Amino acid sequence: MSDNLPDTVDVLTAAQRVAIARHPGRPGVAEIVDALFTDFFEQRGDLSSTDDPSIMGGIALFHGRPVTVLGNRKGANIEERVACNFGMASPEGYRKAQRIMRAAEKFGRPIFTFVDTSGAYPGMEAEEHGQGEAIARSIELMSSLSVPVICVICGEGGSGGALALAVGNRVLMLENAVYSVLSPEGFASILWKDSSRADEACEVMKLTAEDLLELGVIDGIIPEPAGGAHENPAALFQVLDTQLTRELDSLSKMSQTALVNDRYRKFRAMGATAVKRGRI
Amino acid sequence: MAGILAERRNRLLALKRMREQGSAPEVEAMTCPACGRALNEDDLADNQRVCPYCGHHFPLGARERIKMIVDDGQFRELDGSLVSTDPLDFPDYPEKLAKLRAKTHSGDAIATGIAKLGGVRVAIAALDTRFLMASMGAVVGERLTRLIERATRQHLPLIVFSASGGARMQEGIISLMQMAKTSAAIQRFSDHGGLYISVFTNPTTGGVTASFASLGDIHLAEPGALVGFAGPRVIEQTIGEKLPEGFQSAEFQLEHGFVDAVVPRARMRSTLIRLLMLHGKGGAEHVG
Repeated sequence: MSDNLPDTVDVLTAAQRVAIARHPGRPGVAEIVDALFTDFFEQRGDLSSTDDPSIMGGIALFHGRPVTVLGNRKGANIEERVACNFGMASPEGYRKAQRIMRAAEKFGRPIFTFVDTSGAYPGMEAEEHGQGEAIARSIELMSSLSVPVICVICGEGGSGGALALAVGNRVLMLENAVYSVLSPEGFASILWKDSSRADEACEVMKLTAEDLLELGVIDGIIPEPAGGAHENPAALFQVLDTQLTRELDSLSKMSQTALVNDRYRKFRAMGATAVKRGRI
Repeated sequence: MAGILAERRNRLLALKRMREQGSAPEVEAMTCPACGRALNEDDLADNQRVCPYCGHHFPLGARERIKMIVDDGQFRELDGSLVSTDPLDFPDYPEKLAKLRAKTHSGDAIATGIAKLGGVRVAIAALDTRFLMASMGAVVGERLTRLIERATRQHLPLIVFSASGGARMQEGIISLMQMAKTSAAIQRFSDHGGLYISVFTNPTTGGVTASFASLGDIHLAEPGALVGFAGPRVIEQTIGEKLPEGFQSAEFQLEHGFVDAVVPRARMRSTLIRLLMLHGKGGAEHVG
């Protein structure tokens, strides 16, 4: 859908936002870590069998305070993209994320996650190694953490593979990011047996930041420079830094128990207005 | 068990009488999709809907499955009147739901409730593939979460028979969020020392596999059940080749370390009662 990139800065269609969210020049977790954090130490490997580079995580300073940073890495050039499997993590990637989050909790470090994936990798080996179990455990673990967890959907937030890093006290979205139950192509293919109707799917899926704020799925929208974050990453980083600082300050005032309860209540309420008593 | 068999027999006898009076059409002859042999309704009804020739497990409705397992075929259903509000204003969805509710006499793709199993009070749920392939929308997520929270408060063991084609497309992101909601509830339940037995039935895929279904203390599966995250078609599209026979079957999951046991329907009840007993719930005299 790259031909959907807009010429002007009018109100964008959902399909245009999907195109911006997938733009190869869009800043990812590596660029964000470079710009907003210092002294980054990358933690690698799942402590069991391998290191999945499509999940990047480690310890860094955020305005002088030790924090844990995690995100989906898509890669900046073709070699990196192939190595990162285009941002689609394996079960080992999610298990690496889990051990990094456990360490964060042990040392009381707040966690920032930067989500940008079309989804978890749907391959044979991923199935053999328990992709479903790995995602489920990540979600379960995140729901129990006693440290502040702040998640930013930066580009594509695709399906359970995105949710596995997005169970936070605060979930924010960049203005042109998208977050959905699966890709518009997959959605069109399942529902209408026609993946070429992806643009149409974008409109009915309610996947833009604005839609999700209205549905109560996210807590805030981080504005992007005109034309999208790739047009002026420095401008984005400045806004992002301000917003993350504010969120961390407010969550830092909460006790461990309050943080866990706050997160539980937040996700417990998801879909509360989507059910009613009816006649069967 | 005897109760449910008697009930089923009565239903069948009533059907037979109707047939003889010419007021109902002949029951269609069917064949087992696994072995191809001709079967009739009685064969299946008397055998927990398992093919008597090859052991193929036919699908079960959610209530039917629960009644088949619990003491005296009785359970108290909870939140049975919850229905979807169509949160995304999705075209044609309310009509589709209304038709399925009329057909299945169920609010959505799940039944939840309280029952006794081997004399032990349990919280029990089953998903229903007749209802939009047991996809997880807000109703499935909400009913299951309420059941888990009740089990947490009342210290009841939790048994969930999972099945799912995945997310409820028509509820989009709300469907995705049910993964977080149910998993968080399971986490709390587990934190309070609760016993959760998760049973995979055919098929369990997508967001259900990637949330509550994979978070059990004990994982069981019905023979031949398809269990995975990505569906076979998606994987085949990704890798550009056909999957080998038996890929993502219950037996495959056993071999790869994700289920404790593959349990045929005929032994499911006694296996669950034994597991309750091994966790200090109920006496050994119930174990058959």
